[in-house]
Amino acid sequence: MYRYDEFDHSFVQARVAQFRDQVDRRLAGEITEDQFRPLRLMNGVYLQLHAYMLRVAVPYGTLSSKQMRMLAHIARTYDKGYGHFTTRQNIQYNWPALSDIPAILADLASVEMHAIQTSGNCIRNVTADHFAGAAADEVADPRPYAEILRQWSSVHPEFSYLPRKFKIAVTGAERDRAAIQTHDIGLHLKKNENGELGFAVWVGGGQGRTPILAKKIRDFLPEEHLLSYATAIVRVYNLHGRRDNKYKARIKILVHETGTEEFARQVEAEWAALKDGALTLPEADIRAIESYFVPPALAARPEGDAAVKLARLDSRSFGEWLDQNVVTHKHPDYAAVTISLKGIGEVPGDATDSQMDAVADLAERYAFDEIRVSHEQNLILPHVARADLKAVYDRLVEIGFATANSNLITDIIACPGLDYCALANARSISVAQDISRRFASLDRQKDIGELKLKISGCINACGHHHVGHIGILGVEKKGAELYQVTLGGSGDENASIGEIIGRGFGPDEITDAIEKIVDTYLAHRSGPSEKFLDAYRRLGPAPFKEALYASEAKAA
Amino acid sequence: MKVLTANRLIDGEAVWFGSDQRWHETIDYAEVARDKAADERLERLGKEAFARNEVVDVDLIDVELLGGEIRPLRLRERIRAAGPTNRTDLGKQARPRPADEGFAAGI
Ligand code: SF4
Repeated sequence: MYRYDEFDHSFVQARVAQFRDQVDRRLAGEITEDQFRPLRLMNGVYLQLHAYMLRVAVPYGTLSSKQMRMLAHIARTYDKGYGHFTTRQNIQYNWPALSDIPAILADLASVEMHAIQTSGNCIRNVTADHFAGAAADEVADPRPYAEILRQWSSVHPEFSYLPRKFKIAVTGAERDRAAIQTHDIGLHLKKNENGELGFAVWVGGGQGRTPILAKKIRDFLPEEHLLSYATAIVRVYNLHGRRDNKYKARIKILVHETGTEEFARQVEAEWAALKDGALTLPEADIRAIESYFVPPALAARPEGDAAVKLARLDSRSFGEWLDQNVVTHKHPDYAAVTISLKGIGEVPGDATDSQMDAVADLAERYAFDEIRVSHEQNLILPHVARADLKAVYDRLVEIGFATANSNLITDIIACPGLDYCALANARSISVAQDISRRFASLDRQKDIGELKLKISGCINACGHHHVGHIGILGVEKKGAELYQVTLGGSGDENASIGEIIGRGFGPDEITDAIEKIVDTYLAHRSGPSEKFLDAYRRLGPAPFKEALYASEAKAA
Repeated sequence: MKVLTANRLIDGEAVWFGSDQRWHETIDYAEVARDKAADERLERLGKEAFARNEVVDVDLIDVELLGGEIRPLRLRERIRAAGPTNRTDLGKQARPRPADEGFAAGI
C-alpha cells in the first residue's frame, strides 16, 4: 500500500501542529466559533447531538494492521471504546473531546493517517472497489489512480472552496462495486482495443435531496490525462456551479441544468487548454505509484481446496459463511473475505476497540497485513489463502464478526441517524436493528437471496437509501418519526434510483412493511433465481403497493 | 415551557442551563422558562455564555413537565438528554439519577 514520503510526513505533521494551535486559541477564547468552525471542519471535526465527532479518512478504504490498531487505540483511549465505519470507507468517532483531538491527530499521523478533507466543500476521500487488487474480474487495480487523485486534490488551492462537497469513486471492473454512478465523478478503469489503460468518465451523479445518476461524458480517457481532465471538470464546476443555493450547488444540478452534451463540450474546451501540459502524468510516475499497490507475493497454497472441503463437511456454519462471505480471488489458492459488521441486531458499521485489534491480528497473520473498509460498512481481508479460511473463520466467530450475511437482507447499510447526527430527522440504527432481528434466520435470508437494504435518517442520504433495492428514508412528521420506503434502487453498473412506493410508516410499522414487501417478492418471483431487484424491475410497483396499501384503499 | 441547552465548548458535552446560573450535564436541573420574559432572559444568558466561549450550539427548546421531570417535546432533544437509544450504556441515561448526584455536575 501507499507509504508516505518525506513531503507527506511533514505536511501532515505541520497540519497537526496548526490545528493544535487553532484549538488552543479557540479554548483560550482568542478566536470565535464562527472563525473556528470552518477550521475544525477542514480537520474532520463536527459537532453532533451528544458530543463532537471526528471523521478519519481511510483513503480508498485501505488499511494496514498497524493503522487498524491505531484506530482501536483511539477508540479505547479517547472515545468510548468503539468506532463507526461509514459509507465513504471512513471511520467516525462519536465522543471525542475537542481538547483531545490534536493528540488524536498526532497519533493518526504516526501511522500515516489524518482527517483532512473529510468535511467541507472540497474533494473528499476518493473511494474505490473494496476488492481492488484481489478481484478476479478487474482489469487493473484502481487504487493507484485513487492515490494520484488524492495527492492532486489534497489542499488543492483552486479546489478548496468549491460550491459544495465533491466525491470521486474509481472502479477497475465491469462489475461496479464502488457505486461510481452516484458520484460527482465516477471513473471506470478499463482497457481499449490496444490494451492501453484509461477511464470511462461519468459526471454529475449524486444522492441527497435530488438523486441523479451520473452521465458518461467520455468513453475512454487515456490514463496519462486523468488529472488534466479531472481539473477541467472541476474547473467548469467551480466556475458555473451555483453558490446561491446550497441545495442546488452540487455538480449534478449543474450537469442537469446545463445538459450533458453542453457540459461535456465545456469540459472538452477547458481540457483542450490543459491537455498535454504540466498535468500530464508521466508514465514513470504512474508506474511508481502503482508499485506501492503491487499485490503481495502469493505463494502457491494448493492444499486449500482439500482443507476447505474437509472443514465444510465438519461445520455447516463454516460452509454457510464460505458461500456468503468469501469471494473468488485472482489467485486460485486465495480468496477475499468479507467480515460482516452486521451481526443480527447489531449497529451496522460499528466495531469495538478489541474487535478492531482482533481484525488487525488476523490481517497480519493471514492476510498480508491488508484490510479494506467497504462502502457497505463491512471490513474485507482481500488476500487470504483458502487453506487458512477456517482459522480466520474460527477467530471471527470468537469476536462476533462471522455472520454469514454478505449481500443478504440483514447486511444493512444505515447511517447514524437521530441517535447521533445533528441533521437527522429520524433514527436509522433502531430500524436496522429491528429489521435485522426480524429476518435473523439465515435460511430465510438465503431463500430471499441478494437484497440490499439501505437506511438514511434524513434526505442527505448518507445511508444511500436512493440506491437500495429497498431504501428507507427517515423523515419527521408532526414531531414524530416516519419512514418512507423506496423500491428498485441500485448502485451497481445497472444503477437506478428507487421509487417512493407510497405513504410512510411509523417506527412500529416499518419492519412489518418491509416484511410484506419481501413476502410479495417471494410470492411473485418467477423462481428462486430471480433476485428481488430483477423481480421488481419486471413487476413494477403495483403488487407491492397492493400488498402495503390495499386494505386502506378498501376501507376508504 | 422552554429550557436553555448547548454543547460545552471544550468537550462537546450536552449541557442545560440551571437555576443556579450554571451549566449542568443533565437536563434535570434546567431552569424552566414559563413566559416570554423568562424565554428572553434565558436567550440572552445563552448568547452571553456563547460569547464567553463556554458553550456552542446554544438553543432554547420546548419542554413539558411529566411527573415533575423535564421532558423535551422533540425526540431529537429527548435523545440528546438521554443518549443514543441503541446504547443505553452511554450518555446521560447511563449516569446515576439526579438525586444521587446533586449539583456537582455544573461547570
Ligand atoms: S443521512 Fe442525514 S441523518 Fe444520516 S448521517 Fe447523513 S446527515 Fe445524518
